Amino acid sequence: MREMRYEAPKTLETALALLSGANGRARILAGGTDLLIGMRAGRVEPELLVDVKGIPEMTSIVAENGGFRFGAAVTGMELLEHEAFAKAWPGVIDGVKLIGSIQVKGRATVGGNLCNASPAADSVPALIAAGASVSIMGPNGKREARVEDVATGPGQTALARDEIITSFILPRRPPHSGDAYLRFTPRTEMDIAVVGAGVNLTLDESGVCTQARVSLGAVAARALLVPEAAAALIGTRVEAAALERLAAAASAACRPIDDKRGTIEFRIKVAGVLARRAAEIALARAKGKI
Amino acid sequence: MAKHRVTTTVNGDRVEFLCETHQSLLEVLRDELGLTGTKEGCGTGDCGACSITMDGRLMCSCLVLGVEAEGKSIQTIESMAAGTKLHALQRKFLEHAALQCGICTPGILIAARSLLERNPDPTEEEVRYWLAGNLCRCTGYHKIVDAVLDAAREMRGA
Repeated sequence: MREMRYEAPKTLETALALLSGANGRARILAGGTDLLIGMRAGRVEPELLVDVKGIPEMTSIVAENGGFRFGAAVTGMELLEHEAFAKAWPGVIDGVKLIGSIQVKGRATVGGNLCNASPAADSVPALIAAGASVSIMGPNGKREARVEDVATGPGQTALARDEIITSFILPRRPPHSGDAYLRFTPRTEMDIAVVGAGVNLTLDESGVCTQARVSLGAVAARALLVPEAAAALIGTRVEAAALERLAAAASAACRPIDDKRGTIEFRIKVAGVLARRAAEIALARAKGKI
Repeated sequence: MAKHRVTTTVNGDRVEFLCETHQSLLEVLRDELGLTGTKEGCGTGDCGACSITMDGRLMCSCLVLGVEAEGKSIQTIESMAAGTKLHALQRKFLEHAALQCGICTPGILIAARSLLERNPDPTEEEVRYWLAGNLCRCTGYHKIVDAVLDAAREMRGA
């Protein structure tokens, strides 16, 4: 293996300067659970690793504007153990809980899960359904993007090579809101999603759905936001007929691949089933029943 | 290029070592520090044989760079027995014959200790989920889970 520099900057400004100075031959090291494997396999050969875990705004979880902001280098376990966050966003927690083992979650970060840009990343559909956005810093300053706009295809993102996702922003939740994420895997643990579905909804005082977001993972080149599926819920009491329309819209949005883990036909069918089941859990959570 | 000089704490002792950027903490523990209790299984974070804790957090040492250990506190399997006195988990693994070849055992013991520190009274299901990142190709897991539950009982004084 070639010689490689390692830097652990304490500020974002230093991290950005290091990235800008490396002409694309640097990689950001957060949890390292994908990067180290890629390096060992010879798939990535960076000249510089920029370890961002020493940058305070990238590793903290704070309440902000009635919602939350958490650093892109916050680990899965840190998020799972944050009681206020877990209570506010149980669907995001559903997704994060499914990322690898306890050991992997002790290192792996939500920022890494997004930037690794696997179409099957479990936290991503949950964050898209939650309406999360990211704060991005680059040489030209700060910008924000919706989570659904970050990955552009397998392993590809819309980030410039000298940009860093610094944090995730979760909006303030109206009352009577609930979210949920479900995935299908042949095993219950330590597996990669064949299909994932996230649903986030809000009810009014009378139990009518006023807002909804539906997202699917592992059924296209990137996680999808499916507004047609959300539209099937809005204005309804999320009753059986609405759930059927949701399932049909979710299945219709799929553009999956055929591989050893699932056929195209299977993924399309399961996407509808999981979207419906996730909506039922989100509904129960919005009503405070679970 | 010069190697990194890293100062860290391993099993309560202050330790200094030199490493290159690409060297994993697992390689450093085994090859530089001679702590060979931590095993290498897959080297890709799937099997859990190299489990350690760093600042109290359970992780695979193959997925940590040696240089990332700077200023941290690391616990390995070598920290488990107090001299010749085995930890309750180690004794229960022997009593229940919860091992055969033994390669996965240090990682499972470290992972199980980490679970019992957080949750002294886990259910069987909680033990199985917590240990899902530790593969054992010999035992079929039943004896491992039994040993962990029995150790938990003893440690609670129940």
